[in-house]
Amino acid sequence: MKRLILILALLMAPALPALAVQPDEVLADPALEARARDLSRVLRCPVCQSETIDESDAAVARDLRLLVRERLLAGDSDAAVLDYVTARYGEYVLFQPDASGGNLILWLAGPAMLLAGLGIGFGFLRSRRAAGEPPVQALDAAEQRRLDEILNR
Amino acid sequence: MTRISPLLALPPLLFAGLAAMFIWGMNRDDPSQLPTALAGREAPPVVLAPLPGEGAPFTDASLRDGRVKLVNFWASWCAPCRVEHPNLEALAAEGVPIYGINYKDAAQDYANATGFLAELGNPYAAVGADPEGRMALDWGVYGVPETFVIDGEGRIITRFAGPITQRALQSVIRPALAEGAGGR
Repeated sequence: MKRLILILALLMAPALPALAVQPDEVLADPALEARARDLSRVLRCPVCQSETIDESDAAVARDLRLLVRERLLAGDSDAAVLDYVTARYGEYVLFQPDASGGNLILWLAGPAMLLAGLGIGFGFLRSRRAAGEPPVQALDAAEQRRLDEILNR
Repeated sequence: MTRISPLLALPPLLFAGLAAMFIWGMNRDDPSQLPTALAGREAPPVVLAPLPGEGAPFTDASLRDGRVKLVNFWASWCAPCRVEHPNLEALAAEGVPIYGINYKDAAQDYANATGFLAELGNPYAAVGADPEGRMALDWGVYGVPETFVIDGEGRIITRFAGPITQRALQSVIRPALAEGAGGR
């Protein structure tokens, strides 16, 4: 059993993202470094646009990681750092856009569609139940004759 | 005749809307192009080192000289910069002031950078160097070449990331130059 776990763990290891953060970027203060890492995970690399700057090896991602750390060392709050970057690179670099203004459409569309879908489904089921099952009618003489003909062939 | 519920029109309408969105999305010029976050704002500070043999770099005051201008980030190691270079030369010949910023290109005391200008010509009204990319970071540059169009008061009209091809010139740069020169 232990061997199996070990083998599985080793097989999964390469699937972990390779970290792009270089040793020379890491801050001496572990608390600040942890905040820098958290911020790096919500900032998009402007070049390789599906990666965070924490994952990306692009030069501009490295520059942005250093910038984030520099702002933190200067005493900025997390929100101030994000504002600083978005002021220059645009809101696009946030992986989680602010829930305000036009972005509300983005945030609310999913839940709203789900509720609308549930509502439509529920309404459909209820109207069908209200209408009731259509009454079963006995076969008339012609139908009965045809059925016998088929069954007895 | 059976009555047709108006709700039956909904699925085709939704589909048509979705299809229209896809068509619009697929016909965008360059989906990876980021919007200009600084549009309409004052250009961030100009912090430049001199490029050897090219005189003094330009300053914040150069951007507020009353004329519409381009600010172009370039590097000798950047292939698309070579592609756009003839178009920059042509613009400069027309009288559009272009200010150059040499980006992360300080190796061997800027030998490559000055060699690039010596080989291909120098379209820049003034040029400076940003060896660490700090000024570029402040301007929101995410790759060279990248070009900003700046009005007479030093406000950013738009930016274009990527080489200024004839197409980019017609669709982005010239309209922005016209906007900066006239209607404001």
